[in-house]
Amino acid sequence: MNVHQSLAIGQPIETLEAISPAATEPDAMVRFEAISKTYPAYRGKPGVNALQNIDFAIPRGSITGVIGRSGAGKSSLVRLINGLEKPTTGRVIVDGRDISALAGRELRLAQRSIGMIFQHFNLLSSRTAADNIALPLEIAGWAKADIRARVAELLALVGIADKHDRYPSELSGGQKQRVGIARALATRPSVLLSDEATSALDPQTTRAILDLLANINRELGVTIVLITHEMSVVRQLAKEVVVLDAGHVVESGHVADIFTHPKHPITQSFLAEVIGDSLPVSLASRIVAERSAGGQAVIRVQVRGAGAGDTVVARLARELGLDVSLLSARIDEIGGQHVGSLVLGIPSREDVQARVLAWLSQYQFSAEHLGYVA
Amino acid sequence: MSPELINLIIQATGESLYMVGIAALLGTAFGLPLGVFLATSRKGELFASPLVNRVLGIIVNATRSTPFIILVVAIIPFTRLVAGTSIGSTAAIVPLTIASTPFIARLVEAAIREVDGGLIETASSFGASPIQIVLKVLIPEALPGLLLALTLAVVSLLGYSAMVGAVGGGGLGDLGIRYGYQRFMPEMMLAVVVVLIALVQIVQSAGDYLARRVNRRLRHR
Repeated sequence: MNVHQSLAIGQPIETLEAISPAATEPDAMVRFEAISKTYPAYRGKPGVNALQNIDFAIPRGSITGVIGRSGAGKSSLVRLINGLEKPTTGRVIVDGRDISALAGRELRLAQRSIGMIFQHFNLLSSRTAADNIALPLEIAGWAKADIRARVAELLALVGIADKHDRYPSELSGGQKQRVGIARALATRPSVLLSDEATSALDPQTTRAILDLLANINRELGVTIVLITHEMSVVRQLAKEVVVLDAGHVVESGHVADIFTHPKHPITQSFLAEVIGDSLPVSLASRIVAERSAGGQAVIRVQVRGAGAGDTVVARLARELGLDVSLLSARIDEIGGQHVGSLVLGIPSREDVQARVLAWLSQYQFSAEHLGYVA
Repeated sequence: MSPELINLIIQATGESLYMVGIAALLGTAFGLPLGVFLATSRKGELFASPLVNRVLGIIVNATRSTPFIILVVAIIPFTRLVAGTSIGSTAAIVPLTIASTPFIARLVEAAIREVDGGLIETASSFGASPIQIVLKVLIPEALPGLLLALTLAVVSLLGYSAMVGAVGGGGLGDLGIRYGYQRFMPEMMLAVVVVLIALVQIVQSAGDYLARRVNRRLRHR
């Protein structure tokens, strides 16, 4: 491997784009323009500014994650897209139409092109899986024969053709959400909104549902907006991400860019959920502040970017002629980029330590000295 | 017991069933929409009109707090207007309907409010109109509760119908009072009570059975 290649490896990705302002996004499926949402005071409860100064676009055909803690305004945001709520100020443009200006019959027609799935599935207990999926079609006034054919198609699409006549009480959580997805897709929407759709499911089922959503996005070209508080959901599925905190968009852009270079503390805390910022207990308990002869200095190196961590240990050992031991490592992939940290042990000498840190910073690795182990 | 007396019981049972049946039907016809409206017209709800909700609520409460026997007598002019007479089983249907309508409305309201609000939001999200939400979501989902409410209403109506003897309404209650109490025929009183108990049992069991059958929240294969 030549030097130029290795050089590039440790550097930040240069394809970063700033938060895409709504106005310059040419092919946006959903566009928030100067949105704020205030809930007025009611029955002794004070008013709430749920959303403020929201301005961003969701690209057509993308899978966009909207991540935030509880109360960050995620649910309000997603309900603006399908007109279940109206913004206090600003406009929400969905597929070229200002949905926030529609009401009554016009709004209901527009809602047929926006599907939504829910955390608790919200299936009708009085209807079978097939009849639940048929509901939006009945509401849209489809003919019975067309409904039957479409429902069969949808059941097959979500992989539960054999559950046609089962009632929700006879289905597992994953199967219920598959029914929910089929129902949301029934009227062939161009946007699918997911409101914490996997939060009530176990990890394995979550993965299967997220895979299904990825397939749907790929095969049907449906734009998917994922509301979640789980970093793992964004990591597995989303290409674009919007980080929401206290009613504000604090960061937005490509998942790889946002999470290789998180700026806002909230983004950093979400990232820490995936890659972890704590050391293994056995290692942490051995680290001391005092240098000891024959011991090692402990250095933590942040890994950000494609293949960034692959060669750092070998190169450090070769180029500086050092014994480098790997004490702990945690690297994950987010949006095709490596994100994580390596904890290295190097000979415990002040000059060595200085050389190593200088070398790392030369290649744009961010590193910190944690202490010493015997 | 003589055949004449048995005939009296059979006739009275028929009158009771007639009055209660028609009153239950009419009470449901008025009480169901009223109950649905009460359940969906508070602030922020499907048919939000808080003022109308408040006024209807007061009327419902007022009707329900009027003792039935007073209601029967108080609305005699109205009964005559509607039924053409104020005497007899048919006339008795009027106060029975007026008493059961708010009762059924409140039971319907409670059953509809039991439906998960998330389902209303879900139906709205795919463009259902408020009427579609009522017909396709709220009533089917509340059906087990609605059937139990109707059962309760019929049982209560059987009790109310005992009082319409005051306006010559006839029926089992009237028979029990006139023969069992005023003529002091304990065996007649006992017979009337036995028939009433049997009727209530049948109505309640049928209601329970139907409610269980339509309840898909329970697993049953």
